[in-house]
Amino acid sequence: MSRLLLRGGRLLDPASGRDETGDLLVEDGVIVAVDRKINTRGAEVLDCEGKWICPGFVDLHTHLREPGQEYKEDIASGGRSAVAGGFTSVACMANTQPVNDDPAMTDYILDRARQDSPARVYPVAAATKGLAGEVMTEMSALVDAGAVAFSDDGKTIMDSGVMRRVLEYSKLVGRPVMTHAEDRTLVADGVVNEGPVSTRLGLPGNPAVAETVHVSRDIMLAELTGAHLHVAHVSTAGAVAEIRAARERGVHVTAEVSPHHLTLTDESTSGYDTNTKMAPPLRSAEDVRACRVGLADGTLDAIATDHAPHAVHEKEVEFTAAPPGIIGFETAYAVVMAVVREDDLPPLELVRRLSTEPARILGINAGTLAVGAPADITLVDPTRRWTYDPTKGYSKSRNSPWAGCELEGRVEVTIVGGRLVFHTDRGVLAP
Amino acid sequence: MIATDLIGIEDLECADIELILETAERMQELGERAVKKVPTLRGRTIVNLFFEASTRTRTSFEIAGKRLSADVINFSTSGSSLSKHESILDTARTLDAMQPDLVVVRHHVAGVPKRIADELDSPVINAGDGWHEHPTQALLDMLTVKQEKGRVDGLTVAIVGDISHSRVARSNIYGFLKMGAEVRVAGPPTMLPPGIETLGVKAFTSMREALDGADVVMALRIQLERLSGSLFPSVREYSDTFGLSRATLRYAKDDAIVMHPGPVNRGVELSHDLADHRPSVILDQVRNGVALRMACLYLLAGRERAIDPAVRS
Repeated sequence: MSRLLLRGGRLLDPASGRDETGDLLVEDGVIVAVDRKINTRGAEVLDCEGKWICPGFVDLHTHLREPGQEYKEDIASGGRSAVAGGFTSVACMANTQPVNDDPAMTDYILDRARQDSPARVYPVAAATKGLAGEVMTEMSALVDAGAVAFSDDGKTIMDSGVMRRVLEYSKLVGRPVMTHAEDRTLVADGVVNEGPVSTRLGLPGNPAVAETVHVSRDIMLAELTGAHLHVAHVSTAGAVAEIRAARERGVHVTAEVSPHHLTLTDESTSGYDTNTKMAPPLRSAEDVRACRVGLADGTLDAIATDHAPHAVHEKEVEFTAAPPGIIGFETAYAVVMAVVREDDLPPLELVRRLSTEPARILGINAGTLAVGAPADITLVDPTRRWTYDPTKGYSKSRNSPWAGCELEGRVEVTIVGGRLVFHTDRGVLAP
Repeated sequence: MIATDLIGIEDLECADIELILETAERMQELGERAVKKVPTLRGRTIVNLFFEASTRTRTSFEIAGKRLSADVINFSTSGSSLSKHESILDTARTLDAMQPDLVVVRHHVAGVPKRIADELDSPVINAGDGWHEHPTQALLDMLTVKQEKGRVDGLTVAIVGDISHSRVARSNIYGFLKMGAEVRVAGPPTMLPPGIETLGVKAFTSMREALDGADVVMALRIQLERLSGSLFPSVREYSDTFGLSRATLRYAKDDAIVMHPGPVNRGVELSHDLADHRPSVILDQVRNGVALRMACLYLLAGRERAIDPAVRS
């Protein structure tokens, strides 16, 4: 019997509303006691003074690139990077090569994850075959194989009729359909937020309404069908307002926002650094503000990294030619701590959006420090300063806009199923 | 000179612009001589790195370099780094290893000259990048205006055409504003980029309003391929509404001059008559281009390298 006592940390458990200093005892991979003071003998003790004890973070939007693009990332390196960032569970998108649109592929990913990944991996299957936006996938068989949600992600389903049927059919399995909501005809060639910055830089603009228009359409279709729509990486004030209004009239819509859309604006693109190229693009300061308000009032349920590894040589090209996206696991917590400090977002609410809510959206058994729950735990130091160097990280890729930046707040320890898988001084320990 | 590269007019100080224009005026005299060559840059290597087809600008830089006795090497390549499987920065590093004294870069995508300049030890001159900037064009335009009008400060400059996709427009907006002129832009609403007013210009969709009282009218080349992007319905309609002719020029001041960065789509943005005769100064612009580029090469490559060769080895 293995026993681990986390002693004297700030227990932050959004599921129960607990926010107090205390101890937590893990036995054989399960949380067996949470209290102000736990007296026990024979347990390994982890001193947590000054630290936050959180339910393990859950990232519902990541790209692990395996199979097919292992030079960018694989399930092993992605899983190691995840736990180094405090993520104990990650959902991986279907745009692998071949696409995860088949139960055998879902099965393969889960098999690789069991062998190679210290983080739990939950496949998001394609909503349509080959991400082509035409024929829906075998949702029932995919869920049986272990898929937790459906999405064509970056290959936005433009055909409204297909999207309607996908949403409708998803009710059979009761799993969310995640939408990368950008109207491709409005995005056109756009690579940066359309506005004064795109005009100054001379780069094709992607207008904010490309997102708002598409979010509106998908909300209407969710309203029509009664299905669970999940809006990925919200970036605009318009989309936040649409989602808020839809929620108020009872539409089953949830949403996520990325650390970069909460903290960076299109001004970051001024040096043409392709590590500031994302889809959707970094937006205006007003959009960032609206996303923060949406995060605080719960319109945006979850924080998700959209961890998108790309090789150095792929990013060292013309801005228009570079693939969009950045890696995000290892910086996510520190980056979003800026929102806590600057906007007085209570720590408990931050942890809710990093753990409890994404777990609820995915329908997985995570996101809580309740007695009897699996011991997926993340220990963070909210004030520790450090300088991020992606070359020393666990991802195979380095495409981060925060390279060389000093950040405040650091993941200290990550525990998955009672096993210590990451310690800040010792690195990733398993598998 | 304060700047070490010439990437955009946006980054220049007024003093830099004035220094370049004054130096160019001194270089002009050289073009009038029978022997148009001075030894100023003898032994220096200038690389014209052109990722986008260009005859006029490349030739202008080449003549400028040769008149200063530099060894000028033309490196032309088209297509993106994706099609060649070589990253832009790899190309830059390869070039850097050959130790050029100055690199002139043109690329069809905004930002590439800046990324290359960040990577290279040698000075970089942007010879036009996408829709971003074309600084030597704006400088030669300012030189031409200064010579025609005796000043730039206090003038009204109207730029007409596809502002969205024009690096010439952007560089001229920054340049003329910095030198104290009023700048207006005009074109169909689909060709006026969002937030253009934040650069400090007034935007118009009426030629009459845009040209009212203007001292300088600059017509931009219309890319006929924009038709397929649905930015304008037909060449005829464009020509009727935004083409510059003797008739529309009446809205401007009586002594207004007409400019065009070339090559001209005759009968589209500029009437045949205006393209060839006063008050258009198009060939003066071309002539000034050589002197202006000589000035830039001299100011950036003529001084000693910032890094000691001993340290580099």
